[in-house]
Amino acid sequence: MAIGLEQILIQTVNGIVNGMILALVASGLTLIFGIMDVVNFAHGDLVMLGGFVGAVTIAATGNFWLALLVAAVVIAVFGAVLQATTLRPLIGRDPLTTILATFGISLVLQKYAIWQWGPSARRIQEPITGNFSFFYLQYPWYRILTAVLATAIIGALYLFLRYGKYGIWIRATTQDRVMAQAMGIPVPLVHTAVFAIGAGMAAASGVLFGPLGGVTQNIGLDFTLRAFIVVVVGGMGNLGGSILASIFISLLEAYAALIVSPAQAVIVSFVALILTLLFRPTGLFVPTPK
Amino acid sequence: MLALNNVHTYYGKSHILHGVSIEVQPGEVVGLLGRNGVGKSTTLKTVMGLVRPSEGSVTFEGRQIGGMAPHHLAHLGIAWVPEDRRIFRLLTVMENLRTGLERPGVTEARRKEMLDKVYASFPVLAERREQAGGTLSGGEQQMLAIARAMMLEPKIILLDEPTEGLMPRMVGQISEIINVLHGEGVAILLVEQNVPLTLEASNRVYIMEKGLVRHHAPAADLRANHAVIHQYLGI
Repeated sequence: MAIGLEQILIQTVNGIVNGMILALVASGLTLIFGIMDVVNFAHGDLVMLGGFVGAVTIAATGNFWLALLVAAVVIAVFGAVLQATTLRPLIGRDPLTTILATFGISLVLQKYAIWQWGPSARRIQEPITGNFSFFYLQYPWYRILTAVLATAIIGALYLFLRYGKYGIWIRATTQDRVMAQAMGIPVPLVHTAVFAIGAGMAAASGVLFGPLGGVTQNIGLDFTLRAFIVVVVGGMGNLGGSILASIFISLLEAYAALIVSPAQAVIVSFVALILTLLFRPTGLFVPTPK
Repeated sequence: MLALNNVHTYYGKSHILHGVSIEVQPGEVVGLLGRNGVGKSTTLKTVMGLVRPSEGSVTFEGRQIGGMAPHHLAHLGIAWVPEDRRIFRLLTVMENLRTGLERPGVTEARRKEMLDKVYASFPVLAERREQAGGTLSGGEQQMLAIARAMMLEPKIILLDEPTEGLMPRMVGQISEIINVLHGEGVAILLVEQNVPLTLEASNRVYIMEKGLVRHHAPAADLRANHAVIHQYLGI
């Protein structure tokens, strides 16, 4: 079967768009892992909760942008409370305890969502509805907008981490928690703030994803799994690596979908995960340790 | 100012400090000598709240600080320069310094003043201000570690083996820095293996052995009487 150039270009755009949404989720996950050594298995459920909060806000106000903001802020505050009450007491303990705790949180959030919003999918109305001609396709402008917004949010996070006062606190704490505390940085507060930022970004991706795939109580697991693959492939705790890995994995899946069905194409990301763990466990996008 | 009274600490089941009592007065340089593994660094870590004393008390300016979180201690005026320097390796020199500068109540003018002062004391840090901390040489990292502690405007600095692994020229510079800090009224609790430097820089010296303070004397007395040093340190 011959694959046309236009098909490859379309899949390239699809891969980049999907990659940027995934990058938004994975950035939060990797930031949280980098600073707290916590693999947050409930991260995808924060995406799901964000999507539902967005859907409810749009239903009440009809304003997508307000919904994006409200979801990010509400879930960021929720994330802060969650971290302070359930994860902070576990920091420094066996990693298995935090894995089990976040897994438990994930189950609770899913059950809450099904109780609160029911099992059927909620679709969020996109803020722009037009399409443009892209080879033989009518490609939605909203997908492009999603990638642009995700890039803008990640860019803002980068600038905050690079130049902001609290960005230096976060980077210092990520590198050496003990020394950061000795320099007067309130590390427990920094942990909570980082968890809140990660949760807010997850919620924003939930709202952005809403018009594309709808929001159900079980989308969290898929997001967690994909973000986890990306974080491992990009290098645990490496923000830049996670962003590159998000695009890399999404492009791999998009190209694989040219040959096999999209459901089968997902397998390539697991293959990438296994190969990374076997041959470059520190991640593809970090220098090899000497 | 800083007082440890009959402090006992454990690492797991290992009993490290067996009732250490040490006192540092404002503006005083106090040396803490002893062979490897006698508990000198653990004493500093206990002050910094990194090891919780199981018994005894640690007070600073009359206030109980045993087990207090390190960031609260930094705000009280206690700075720590650890043995392995613990530079933030991926942060630039300037950013390393900013970790101690970005405190509530420090004005922009004051920040600039403090940076200018540190850069005047350590010109090499000014030259390398945009360089990542991890790319500095060992001596430069030690200077950065001390400069970073100075950003907290501390009342006391806990200096843990600042000359370890440094070439003689750097050791001389570190000695000068200790004198400058002393001249500015900053108290220093200096843990060292370098006996001549410690005796030269300190007002008083404690000698530790097996988790206990075995001897305590003015540095001038120990400079005049090497028998004690020979007895406990074998040199």
